[in-house]
Amino acid sequence: MDETVIPKVEMRGISKSFPGVLANDCIDLMLHKSEVLALLGENGAGKSTLMNILCGLYRPDKGEIYINGSYADIHSPRDAQKYGIGMVHQNFKLVDSMSVLENIILGLQNEPFMPDFKRVRQRLVDLAAQYHLKVDPNANIWQLSVGEQQRVEILKLLYRNAEILILDEPTAVLTPQESHELSRIVHAMKQEGKSAVFITHKMEEVMEFSDRVMVLRKGKVVAEAHTADTTPKELARMMVGREVLFQIEKKPFSPGDVVLELSNIDALGDRGLLALNNVSLQLRAGEILGIAGVAGNGQRELAEVVTGLRRSTKGVLRIGNKDMTNKSPLEIIRQGVAHIPQDRSSVGAVGDLSVASNLAMKQYRSRPLAAGIFLLPKRIVDFARSLIEKFRIATPSPQTQVKFLSGGNIQKTILAREIGAARTVMVAVYPSRGLDVGATEIVRRQLIDQRDRGLGVLFFSEDLDELLQVSDRIAVLFEGKIMGIFDADKADIEQIGMLMAGMSKEASA
Amino acid sequence: MKFVFEKRKSTSVPALILVPLISFAVSLVLTALLLAVFGADPFKTYAAMAVGAFGTSHGFAETLVKAIPLMMTGLGVAIAFRLKFWNIGAEGQLTLGGVAAAGVALFMEHYFPGRSLLFAALFGGLIAGALWAGIPAILKTALKVDETLVTLMMNYIAILYSEFLYYGPWRDPKGYGFPGSRMFSANAWLPRIMGRAHVGIWVGIALAVILWLVLRRTRWGFELQIIGASQKAARYQGIAVERNIILAVMLSGALCGLAGAFEITGISHRLQQGLSIGYGYTAIIVAWMSQLNPLAVPFVAIALAGLSVGGDQVQMVMGLPAAMGVVMQGLILFPMLAGSLFTEYRLLIVKPEPRAACPEPSQE
Repeated sequence: MDETVIPKVEMRGISKSFPGVLANDCIDLMLHKSEVLALLGENGAGKSTLMNILCGLYRPDKGEIYINGSYADIHSPRDAQKYGIGMVHQNFKLVDSMSVLENIILGLQNEPFMPDFKRVRQRLVDLAAQYHLKVDPNANIWQLSVGEQQRVEILKLLYRNAEILILDEPTAVLTPQESHELSRIVHAMKQEGKSAVFITHKMEEVMEFSDRVMVLRKGKVVAEAHTADTTPKELARMMVGREVLFQIEKKPFSPGDVVLELSNIDALGDRGLLALNNVSLQLRAGEILGIAGVAGNGQRELAEVVTGLRRSTKGVLRIGNKDMTNKSPLEIIRQGVAHIPQDRSSVGAVGDLSVASNLAMKQYRSRPLAAGIFLLPKRIVDFARSLIEKFRIATPSPQTQVKFLSGGNIQKTILAREIGAARTVMVAVYPSRGLDVGATEIVRRQLIDQRDRGLGVLFFSEDLDELLQVSDRIAVLFEGKIMGIFDADKADIEQIGMLMAGMSKEASA
Repeated sequence: MKFVFEKRKSTSVPALILVPLISFAVSLVLTALLLAVFGADPFKTYAAMAVGAFGTSHGFAETLVKAIPLMMTGLGVAIAFRLKFWNIGAEGQLTLGGVAAAGVALFMEHYFPGRSLLFAALFGGLIAGALWAGIPAILKTALKVDETLVTLMMNYIAILYSEFLYYGPWRDPKGYGFPGSRMFSANAWLPRIMGRAHVGIWVGIALAVILWLVLRRTRWGFELQIIGASQKAARYQGIAVERNIILAVMLSGALCGLAGAFEITGISHRLQQGLSIGYGYTAIIVAWMSQLNPLAVPFVAIALAGLSVGGDQVQMVMGLPAAMGVVMQGLILFPMLAGSLFTEYRLLIVKPEPRAACPEPSQE
């Protein structure tokens, strides 16, 4: 290694523990000028913790940070900003009702009381041109797509003269095209001498974006390499600590009767605008229908209409042979429809309640968990124990509150409960989002098992590779409309990407 | 060395018992300091308080008299609070329950012969409280109207309405102008067990146990628990969130209404001034100090009632200023509330570990 160059960032011996976990264990990290470092690891490996330390959100228990070779005492994001460090978090920190311009200067120390918007706008336009960041400075944040919002976040950092950019799983919310765009932006930043840390758990992104890669597992650095010297397969093995199956075994597709049918469904979103526009689709028993689309194009609304949580304003919903249009959630649950919701921590599971309570939430209404109006706590605990064992939910006890479990184990809890309740249809919304490779494998395996058991599975995902692997057919959703439905084995990823971005076949041809 | 608060992963039973005891000891020390400033002997004062509240049969009966409405309203408030429905209308529900009970006892003797009049009066109070609480519950669930404001303002309506009745149409013509209705038939009097203390105490304790069972052991209780933790999650599980909130809040109001009916049929035997003296507000403290656990409510209610009766004694026996009793109540409550931090968190002492605990990386 070249010792003569002073690294831009050097983190030495960083350790940080949270109640019960050692999130970072003596981590050394180096980042050079004009370098993109990929930080690869499963969920809970400590990637975000490490970067939150660098950007001043957490204080390390031990360890030191050096910027340009001199000791940096970083107590807050403001301190980090002084050192030129900025982070784009997974959940954007933007004010929805304000314009791009206003968001950019929000919180800036050296702006006058009455900001000179003309000057700010000019600088913004210059920066945007320099880094290929197309954004309308006058648009309000809520009007922007997720990809555009991310660009605003990046612009915000560039405006603050950040030299070191931390991007926390930036592609999770982007279409393939937007990801490529981001890759160009990152490249432009490198050209300008800026450095970036790129948090991810996707191998392809490591390959596409980074110069060097550091793999974390359980809070420790397990490998470091120049990206060019390694392969996705090798990285995956290092990340998980064992060989990973990228391909899933699947029985041949043999669809049965139609279990779910939507005909010309319209529904309104939370803002009262049309979120589903004349959606028609059929799901058969023994079939996984994947719904592709960029987040916010009607996926949540579609799942909610099917599960009775949202009223449709037009059209017919049939489950089995029954008309279930605008029936209550309970009536739909009684038809054997299970639902893995998008928001697992506040909808899918109740953090303040125990694992046992969470597991019982679908079946507490009847025997064997209840007798008449009374619950049978012993049976509930036994029931929970059996599911905890069957689904390998890592929890200290059935009485532990769910909020103390990791994301993967919360999802397994939901999965265990919903699979138990599913008899006809399983609606799974982003079931593997944010999960590590191990948990993702389990989730996908379970969905396929449900299909083989004869259920119809409506599977929402943002990950096209995952969709292609798991689904039998794929429908693309854009602005609440079904843009097309394809057989998964014949689908063309580029074409699906185009449709996800709202470009029709004719235009893309 | 560093002190760190860490959230407990499970509630520790010793902490649950020890923390209030230690908090109470801290309160006594604080109060002793204050008493010393006023030149009063703390030990004598505490003795006077304890004897005043629990040491004599009259004192104990008076403590129970105050404990009954605190218990009933405390239970009512606790149920609503478990659903994160901030019912601060216990006072109004209690008042209206009292008004309804008095109305039945005064004017419906024909329909309810003999002792049935008492049950009719109590039932009337219960229903009035439930309906009164139902209004903000429906406004909240149907129109998302903030329940804190509505329940609070409805208190004034209920209280002023009761005043209107006993100053106006219901005033006893033979009452020498005294604001109050005539005394109603003894058929509607609640049996007493000791001094002015009545059987309401048994009802309160029984209801505490029943409520605990309902909340912890029934399907409905489980549904309320889920709604309280996350309404979105409850809706997703097929639970009728709105209907259950309305039902539970009406139950809350029913308990408060019954408290009012107890006051009327057990203590005053007429509708008169003094029905609303703040039990419904103290109920909020009772509910929080009980950590919304119905089983704890009777104990907390009796303790707070004792504090209030004992505080009155301090004024009389020790010759301290009248406000002293209230100040002492406050001083005792503060450490108790602060102490609840320790039941949810634990204090860890972190010793600084020696630096360079990291293994030396092998030189490449």
